[in-house]
Amino acid sequence: MAKKELEILLKATKISKSFGDFVANQNIDITIAKGQIHALLGENGAGKSTLVKIFYGVLQPDSGLIEINNQKVSITSPNVARKNGIGMVFQHFSLFPALTVAENILIALDNKIKFNKVVNEITKLSKEWELFVDPLKLVSELSVGEKQRVEIIRCLMQNPSLLIMDEPTSVLTPQEIKNLFKILKRLASSGCSILYISHKLEEIIELADEVTILKSGKSIASINAKKTTTNFLAETMVGKKITELKKTIKSKSKKIAFEVKNLDKLKDHEFGISLTNINLQVNYGEILGVAGIAGNGQVELMEILSGEINCEDNDQILLDKTPIGKTNINERRKLGIETIPEERTLHATVPNLTLNENTFLTYFFKYSNTKSWITNLLNNPQNSSEESTKIIKNNDVRCPETNPLASQLSGGNLQKFILGRSLANNPKVAIFSQPTWGVDIGAATAIRQKLLDLSQNGKAVILISQDLEEIFELSDKVCVINEGVLSEIFDVTDITATDVGLLMGGKNKKMEPIK
Amino acid sequence: MITFIPRDKVSKNWIIIAPILSIVFTIFFGLLIFTFLGYNPLETLYQIFVSPFSRIDRISDILVKACPLIIIGTGLMLCFKSNVWNIGAEGQFIMGALLAGFIALSFPNIETKFFLLITILAGFVGGALWAFIPAILKTKLNVNEILVSLMLVYVAMLFIDFIVRGPLRDPMSFGFPLSKPYPEGALINKIPFPGIGFLGQLHYGILFVFLLVPISWIFVNKTLGGFKINVLGSAPQAAKFAGFKQNSITITVLLLSGGLAGVAGVIEVSANIGQLQPEVSFGYGFTAIIVAFLGRLSPVGILFAGIIIATVKLGADNAQMTMGIPKVVTGLFEGILLFFLLTGETLQKYKIKWSEGKK
Repeated sequence: MAKKELEILLKATKISKSFGDFVANQNIDITIAKGQIHALLGENGAGKSTLVKIFYGVLQPDSGLIEINNQKVSITSPNVARKNGIGMVFQHFSLFPALTVAENILIALDNKIKFNKVVNEITKLSKEWELFVDPLKLVSELSVGEKQRVEIIRCLMQNPSLLIMDEPTSVLTPQEIKNLFKILKRLASSGCSILYISHKLEEIIELADEVTILKSGKSIASINAKKTTTNFLAETMVGKKITELKKTIKSKSKKIAFEVKNLDKLKDHEFGISLTNINLQVNYGEILGVAGIAGNGQVELMEILSGEINCEDNDQILLDKTPIGKTNINERRKLGIETIPEERTLHATVPNLTLNENTFLTYFFKYSNTKSWITNLLNNPQNSSEESTKIIKNNDVRCPETNPLASQLSGGNLQKFILGRSLANNPKVAIFSQPTWGVDIGAATAIRQKLLDLSQNGKAVILISQDLEEIFELSDKVCVINEGVLSEIFDVTDITATDVGLLMGGKNKKMEPIK
Repeated sequence: MITFIPRDKVSKNWIIIAPILSIVFTIFFGLLIFTFLGYNPLETLYQIFVSPFSRIDRISDILVKACPLIIIGTGLMLCFKSNVWNIGAEGQFIMGALLAGFIALSFPNIETKFFLLITILAGFVGGALWAFIPAILKTKLNVNEILVSLMLVYVAMLFIDFIVRGPLRDPMSFGFPLSKPYPEGALINKIPFPGIGFLGQLHYGILFVFLLVPISWIFVNKTLGGFKINVLGSAPQAAKFAGFKQNSITITVLLLSGGLAGVAGVIEVSANIGQLQPEVSFGYGFTAIIVAFLGRLSPVGILFAGIIIATVKLGADNAQMTMGIPKVVTGLFEGILLFFLLTGETLQKYKIKWSEGKK
């Protein structure tokens, strides 16, 4: 690596930023060299996004110094950032779906250029960097990967010297990720520095030259990424040893617990996904992983599996071979089916209600009594206080006070509460969507262990997740959802991550199950 | 740029200090304005804040004025808590009064006070039916309830105008647009106090408020129904996850609030007017929106908010009558009071941060 002394592009010293009492960044130092791929690693809430928003002028630091090419700059807006050669691709794209690629790029340009020139420029850039997109296509017709390419081209139009990418791979298939990395490496070798934000360790080791680790708003280490291991990174990031999951070999039953047959559901709003001919089955003692990129019908599938929306036909969902398609969510809870939706706040819980009231939310029907109308009328959250205390205790939910509001809990603790609330009902079928999404590693490990325990105790589990690693770590069987279509179900030993990636990208839909 | 940052915890002291500070600020600015306009400032403040409490019969008039505001406000609370925006309580008030009036006038000789139960029920049905129109349009066709309920206010106003000028006009009214007087059985009497007689206009209708406030408190805090309304208003998705039916909650709260507005209409007309006339409401249905929010959408809060608003309205009337202060000036003063009360409440929950303006 000792080629030549690297020139410094951006140097930030003692950057601090707080929101109210919350300190998001505290005296952060970071130095990015020219042509370097610099990764910013940290758990959710470690302050990565705040820091890059400061570099891109979206936020102003409370104190600290930023130097670009040894010149002190104050980046007061994204405009100023772009003039200083900084471009950024956000996690959530900011494109207008009803406009074409070229129109979207034209709008974002600071200086006015003729439309035809923009089209030519895009064609040139996309050839040069293998960022293939048709400039005249509508953005709404593009895949997620293509949209990301549009965002990158938009940045390249400004000839940036630093490209910031905020968790770019969270929405991509493995193949698309490979492609992206190729492009980023080429960009870097041409002299453009890249600040790459991620919490995925393997990616960082593969891609980055140097990695800065953030923890609770502080920069705790800058390491040469080529000379480190994922384990070391993980432990530095979390600050403690990570416990490994305990997997025992289980005796597989062949008894089908839960089945979905020929289920169709038209989308109910413009940006929804229609489900087409969904078939799945899961046995007792088994975890079925449903992989897929977000927004491919997981939310819609979950609504139907949970019973928030009823099936048209009672026979479309079977529990122990009994049709239950027309039962509602509480009837299914009584039958032993517990579900957890993807959205933790505002769907699984109500943020401005206490944990006790949130327990009551999915427990209230237990306290109704057909004989006494007065009990039914005065059925209120006090009834569930005992249950709620038990859930908090048994699941190590850390609360700032007794019976806090749901909004007072951190993401991980709230998820532990939600999971505990479901498991306290002792379900025989558990259907969980993105249970560890945005949760810190400690809580995620605890949650994954609970899922494993469930299946080892003979329950049936369906795990809908975007996290391929998680799917392969936990599942016995795997299938993939893409644009509302569910693939065949494969044994996890019979399929590779690459195959799943292809299915996630919508390729090889008719691939034969490997037997 | 100003940003509001939610406070982690609302200090208990501030819950008491904030309203007091709001009143102090209101008085200060009131003094400034009245002095500026050439009115005796202390005298004006006395008329607005103190004179309504200066005699026991005036105090009872506050209750009379607050009565419809609290009843309607309680109904609106249920709607607003569940994110259903019923702006048309004024129309529901009128339609309740009208249907009850129609029943009352159909039995011209009835004397038993049990008949009041029927007219009040009719008032509830009238108001609820009027609120059912936006309810059904919202749940079946996804039509915005704000527009429909508001427009129906004007339909109701014109409809009662037509009725008292046409079908229900009293032939003996010398051409005035008035109905016949209600029969004895449909009138709400004033409350006689032994040894004192009547206290202002204080009537038995006030008992309904004293029944309604605790019942609505129990409903909101101690029943499954109240919990459902709370969840639907805070997180509609979570309501689905709990298996609550959004449409039936929406319809229920609209029927309840329409019904309560209708009952307020019956009590107002039966106690204070005694017959139908083109104008029965004087804006109670709109003022009650302020009452509901000033009372922080809680039954006890609405009780106090209703009394505060009624006091200031009566005080403003007194200032007009004794000192000739125009209505616009007292209206301005009411505005200042509301401004500071709501500011105080906002500052309890949020910190304000000033940052340098951009763009």
